[in-house]
Amino acid sequence: MAASGLWLPLLLAAALAGRAAALWPWPQYIQTSEAHYAIFPHDFQFRYHSSSAAQPGCSVLDEAFQRYRDLLFSSRAWYPPEPTRKLHALEKNSLVVLVVTPGCNQLPSLESLENYTLTINDDHCFLLSETVWGALRGLETFSQLVWRSPEGMFLINKTEIEDFPRFSHRGLLLDTSRHYLPLTTIMDTLDAMAYNKFNVFHWHLVDDSSFPYDSYTFPELTRKGSYNPATHIYTAQDVKMVIEYARLRGIRVLAEFDTPGHTLSWGPGVPGLLTPCYSGSHPSGTFGPVNPILNSTYEFMSSFFLEVSSVFPDFYLHLGGDEVDFTCWLLNIVSAYDKGYVVWQEVFDNKVKVRPDTIIQVWREEMPVHYVKEMELITKAGFRALLSAPWYLNHITYGPDWSEIYMVEPLEFKGSPQQKALVIGGEACMWGEYVDSTNLAPRLWPRAGAVAERLWSNKLVTNLDSAFKRLTQFRCELLRRGVQAQPLNVGYCEQEFEQT
Amino acid sequence: YHGYIFNLDKSQRGPAKRNSAVELKQLLVSIVLDSECDLYPNVTSDESYSLVVKAPVAFLKANRVWGALRGLETFSQLIYQDSYGTFTINECNIIDSPRFPHRGILIDTARHFLPIKSILETLDAMAFNKFNVLHWHIVDDQSFPYQSVTFPELSNKGSYSLSHVYTPTDVHTVIEYARLRGIRVIPEFDSPGHTQSWGKGQKNLLTPCYNGHKQSETFGPINPILNSTYSFLSQLFKEVSAVFPDQFIHLGGDEVEFKCWESNPEIRDFMKWKGFGEDYKKLESFYVQKVLDIASTVNKGAIVWQEVFDDHVKLQPGTIVQVWKFQSYSEEQAQVTAAGFPVILSAPWYLDWISYGQDWKGYYKVDPLDFSGSPEQKKLVMGGEACLWGEYVDATNLTPRLWPRASAIGERLWSHSDVKDLEDAYNRLTVHRCRMVSRGIAAEPLYTGYCNH
Repeated sequence: MAASGLWLPLLLAAALAGRAAALWPWPQYIQTSEAHYAIFPHDFQFRYHSSSAAQPGCSVLDEAFQRYRDLLFSSRAWYPPEPTRKLHALEKNSLVVLVVTPGCNQLPSLESLENYTLTINDDHCFLLSETVWGALRGLETFSQLVWRSPEGMFLINKTEIEDFPRFSHRGLLLDTSRHYLPLTTIMDTLDAMAYNKFNVFHWHLVDDSSFPYDSYTFPELTRKGSYNPATHIYTAQDVKMVIEYARLRGIRVLAEFDTPGHTLSWGPGVPGLLTPCYSGSHPSGTFGPVNPILNSTYEFMSSFFLEVSSVFPDFYLHLGGDEVDFTCWLLNIVSAYDKGYVVWQEVFDNKVKVRPDTIIQVWREEMPVHYVKEMELITKAGFRALLSAPWYLNHITYGPDWSEIYMVEPLEFKGSPQQKALVIGGEACMWGEYVDSTNLAPRLWPRAGAVAERLWSNKLVTNLDSAFKRLTQFRCELLRRGVQAQPLNVGYCEQEFEQT
Repeated sequence: YHGYIFNLDKSQRGPAKRNSAVELKQLLVSIVLDSECDLYPNVTSDESYSLVVKAPVAFLKANRVWGALRGLETFSQLIYQDSYGTFTINECNIIDSPRFPHRGILIDTARHFLPIKSILETLDAMAFNKFNVLHWHIVDDQSFPYQSVTFPELSNKGSYSLSHVYTPTDVHTVIEYARLRGIRVIPEFDSPGHTQSWGKGQKNLLTPCYNGHKQSETFGPINPILNSTYSFLSQLFKEVSAVFPDQFIHLGGDEVEFKCWESNPEIRDFMKWKGFGEDYKKLESFYVQKVLDIASTVNKGAIVWQEVFDDHVKLQPGTIVQVWKFQSYSEEQAQVTAAGFPVILSAPWYLDWISYGQDWKGYYKVDPLDFSGSPEQKKLVMGGEACLWGEYVDATNLTPRLWPRASAIGERLWSHSDVKDLEDAYNRLTVHRCRMVSRGIAAEPLYTGYCNH
């Protein structure tokens, strides 16, 4: 079947009952059939192809093989099955993985290729990808293809998949300033992101409310700015762990140190940094944004961002710039450290001079213009854009809002193909005013999944009925994997959530 | 409570004894009257208590064991750790009793099955907030998880799956766990609407709908014209009344769709024969009255949703009407109490209606007696219930969605009507929320901030 004839394979796949159809996000091209093969856990292995650039010792894939083993078969020991009445002539005892380009010890980047193909037929059970990051995406898809018969047998259908993401920046924002999020919460979120093929963790580390980032250059920032410097901080070790945990899942960590507004928590640790507000002719005791007129500010920022640039290895840093007039010299500092930067849309709206390769993140729904118009303006000016405005998941309402989230079309604005190519993707945002580890997971999942599919899958994948069926099933699979994903609508899962 | 108090902060070791400290050595609990320890709580149970905290022995006095439970909770909330980590309590004198005797939480285990663990956790949190009624909306259209001994097919065919079922043991576990916390369990078997799942295991119970002269494949509410319906209901409610010891049973009666009844020729004939004309409310009334009689026969008081009153069903005095429709609910309260019936208020307290921001304030500001009526009418307001309908709720998100939003309602139903300062409430509720978290209840945050653990 031709790859462009997307509908027939889609319908066919949808017609296959049961778990086989719970693919999320939906691949670019997929063909399946009724024919299926058995997988025996005690016998099954993930293997490197002899010609693969990645070989045993490749931490990203070694760890992924173990992880997906556990996800598929749980971490119990499996014994060979009793000889069954009905023998499965066709058995798959391995998935062979061939990665073309080496790069196992590198970090994923915006330019990383995540394409892969999966070939499961009589002769092959084969995953081919350009990079290890693509292999991770393929492994995730593979894990979603395996299903169980009523007798408990692991099965996989004859399948041919060619897949790649529509957008290369598919992110999730977490806010660890309004509420501190323990490391386990962050790591659980990274796991769930990997299941949904998200590839950027936008870490909004600090803000007005608290400064949990443990700075080694300015330890007073943390000591005076965190909610509790003994318990509510992220040490250098913590940050390293998050970055590596993310890397092993093909997820970039985009750190945001938002200035010059949203910086009240920076004040106690760096006297003189913030602008003292005045009541008439006397200081009122309150403070405003970072003070742009002092040399000491400039010195502080240089040192601070030198640290941040070295702690966070991704090429990009998010510099914030929202809700207050931006100071453009900060951009110069950061450029000097060989970093690219992402900023909130105000920097563009206020006509601050930025480098042409700046990425602008669109978050405001109606002001100064509707976000669709904003996307048009930004790309018309030649800047790359990230869409977040319709994807503020912290805005909760009664009922199944996942469908509005899903039906957003990021390229639905007037513009040339060149303009549209400047939209590199988007991010679901979970701001923390009303969110912490007690309610983060159910508020994020499965709603963020709607964003994940919109950013990965083909533009034509918009059928809400099919999406509802798949997302409902996928949600039950998330539960099985230990993600505290809330229900989409009335119904049930075989295995309901039980708090451990 | 020993566990709740002293396991508060696991990260700190037991602090050193300070010689200068005056020590509180004991809390002496005294029940003045017949304790009622082996009984089940009911709507007239005495929950009053007094608490005197003075070294070396604090004194908790209550008429009944129910008051002692409330007093223990309060005592546990008075203890805090000072900056050295020493468990500290201030001297004080408390006299306390609830403003309203019916302070409930509704859970819905039909739209989504709730594992027993989830229900027990909810009961714990209820006790922390002095709620005393669990309104268990146990079955509905979507599923029938209640395993009936008399009619096993109801859950065999009507539950989501055979593992999505409450066995008699499960139900008993919930009832006893609740009792030990002074919480009544009131089951709701809602009919004649909301009964699609009942039809799966009980043939000929639901009304077959018609498309013109042909029977369609669909079913409507319970069929009110067959004798078999009432014989079934009698047997079911006989069992339910034995399984659930509370004096009251909730019979539902909400949102009855008349279209299917109207389409059915046998029902149309019945309407003619009875002289009901085209007024299907009369048929609904006919049904509900018979169910109320059944409840009476098994010696249970009845609670019904407001439609039963609005549609002029003849109610026995003492039948409690639960007001749930938001529009003009104060007027509804006025009308129901003017007619002499007790009221439970739920309309402004639908917790499944989530929105962005601090909606707890809206719940807190409600006053259940804010309607035009005489003092006698106001006395008929038994209290209220926070409702957490289950369309979008299951064990993954129930606890953060219930707490601490329901806590605002808990205070509104317990405390004096003058206690309404929002700023003070915010300050206390944020501490209370952190306390719930430390006791293992994943109550969500009210706003930006943190807990000390």
